[in-house]
Amino acid sequence: MQTDEKPPSEVRASDLSQLEAGLDALETGGRQGPSVKTLFARALSPLIAIGVIIVIWQIIFYLQLQPDYVIPGPRQVWDALANQAEQQILWQSTLNSIRRAAQGFIIAVIIATPIGLALGLNSKLRAVFGPILTGLQVLPSVAWVPAAIIWFGLSDATIYTVILLGAVPSIANGLIAGMDQIPPIYLRVGQILGAKGLPRAWRIVLPASWPGYLAGLEQGWAFAWRSLMAAELIAVSPALGPGLGQMLDTGRTLGDMALVLGSIGMIMAVGILVERVVFSPLRQRTLRNRGLIR
Amino acid sequence: MTLTSGAHPVPPRADEGEFSVRIEHVVKQFTADGPIVLEDVSLDVRPGEFVSLVGASGCGKSTLLNLIARLDTQTSGTIETVGAPTLMFQEAALFPWLTAGRNVELALRFSNVPRSERKTRAQELLALVHLERSYDQRPHELSGGMRQRVAIARALAQGRSILLMDEPFAALDAITRDFLHEELTRIWLETGMTIIFVTHNVREAVRLSQRVLLMSSRPGRIINEWNIGGHEPWRLDSPDVANLASEITDELRREIIRHAN
Repeated sequence: MQTDEKPPSEVRASDLSQLEAGLDALETGGRQGPSVKTLFARALSPLIAIGVIIVIWQIIFYLQLQPDYVIPGPRQVWDALANQAEQQILWQSTLNSIRRAAQGFIIAVIIATPIGLALGLNSKLRAVFGPILTGLQVLPSVAWVPAAIIWFGLSDATIYTVILLGAVPSIANGLIAGMDQIPPIYLRVGQILGAKGLPRAWRIVLPASWPGYLAGLEQGWAFAWRSLMAAELIAVSPALGPGLGQMLDTGRTLGDMALVLGSIGMIMAVGILVERVVFSPLRQRTLRNRGLIR
Repeated sequence: MTLTSGAHPVPPRADEGEFSVRIEHVVKQFTADGPIVLEDVSLDVRPGEFVSLVGASGCGKSTLLNLIARLDTQTSGTIETVGAPTLMFQEAALFPWLTAGRNVELALRFSNVPRSERKTRAQELLALVHLERSYDQRPHELSGGMRQRVAIARALAQGRSILLMDEPFAALDAITRDFLHEELTRIWLETGMTIIFVTHNVREAVRLSQRVLLMSSRPGRIINEWNIGGHEPWRLDSPDVANLASEITDELRREIIRHAN
């Protein structure tokens, strides 16, 4: 490509490479991602809602509508959590629960992805197994806790069974939905390029369905987390070690409303944190890379 | 693949009977009792030839390309190609999760080009369409014309000798289209590919091709043929282009009016 400067009078209209460079320059550029300031504001804005909730809560507490043991104030809940932290229970429980949920989630992804691909690619398989998958997704996985306890006793196997039954259907269905939304032209291009079998699934079908798949992963994580909490709440045993669900159950047993609310707050906080740190950036990146947002 | 960056001799004029694409008595119906989309279409395309198919909507020209590309199968008749063809669409259809360069590299990968050569090869191909600086850009960061040039690079990456183009410039503005005509002619001369170009734009067909075929609609048949010969692209403002284009347009209009009754 020619880059030497010419005075305007000498520019020939037929000079193709210059015409091309001009067209390219005019029709692109001037786009950039969000600034650091915008990103910062986006990350901090949920804190505003938390602040508002605490203020309203504090007001209700001051009004003394109910005795303290029914509606404890923010301060008492904070103290209850601080007390758990002093006994090393809070962080152990939180980390233990996150570890279980993360491990269960990863196993769920490994199981759900081939299932989703198979059902998304093969309409006959889908007609046979699709309804079962949807049924499993609709069924609250807490319903499996009694069965899992009978099968596996109060063990880790029980907890992982419940997590998997909660997360796998969501992830698989998300992937199938993402595959349904692939613009047909991408698959035709894949055919023209000679893509077949596994390379086709890996290089074309999976990335093309990634937005729906990601939504399924996000929902799968939420299901994994709530299934875990249900399992921990019901399957309480010293053999299983601490967890946020167990902490919540301790609060219930002791009639300690501050600990109950504190545990609920921790469970929500972990959920928000994972969304903010893992899924939200992934989603933003995907949308920006594909030109779906600026 | 015979892609040279220097001047390429004009595509060899093939002997009679030598073909790159041979279509014989092809009939296409999408359903057994449905309308006949293509009726007894026969056509030989010589190696290195640039042929345009023009016709109104519903003449089955896109269907014919899909059949040649084996994206679909004909109801009867035979289609032979010397080597597998590649196909380009009206939209560039680049994969949005890959950069321009990676899109070209993916085509190389599926054509079994070794990993170590792909990046260099992709850069060469992008340079051929003057987009070497867009290697790391995402499709949405490129203009429509640039995307279509990446699509050309991706098609060339497959190393096929037959390029099928389905109204590839229809969605572009006039000045970009004009410019891409010159680019396409240059690439055709450099690579010696056989090109079958489908369009409803008669002037575009006359300007680019050595031979223009007019198709009727419902059923789609080839009803006339103009041999233009020559390899030197005509400028759009040349009187010869205008005369021939208006002759073909008249016949196309007569064909469309036939459907009014």
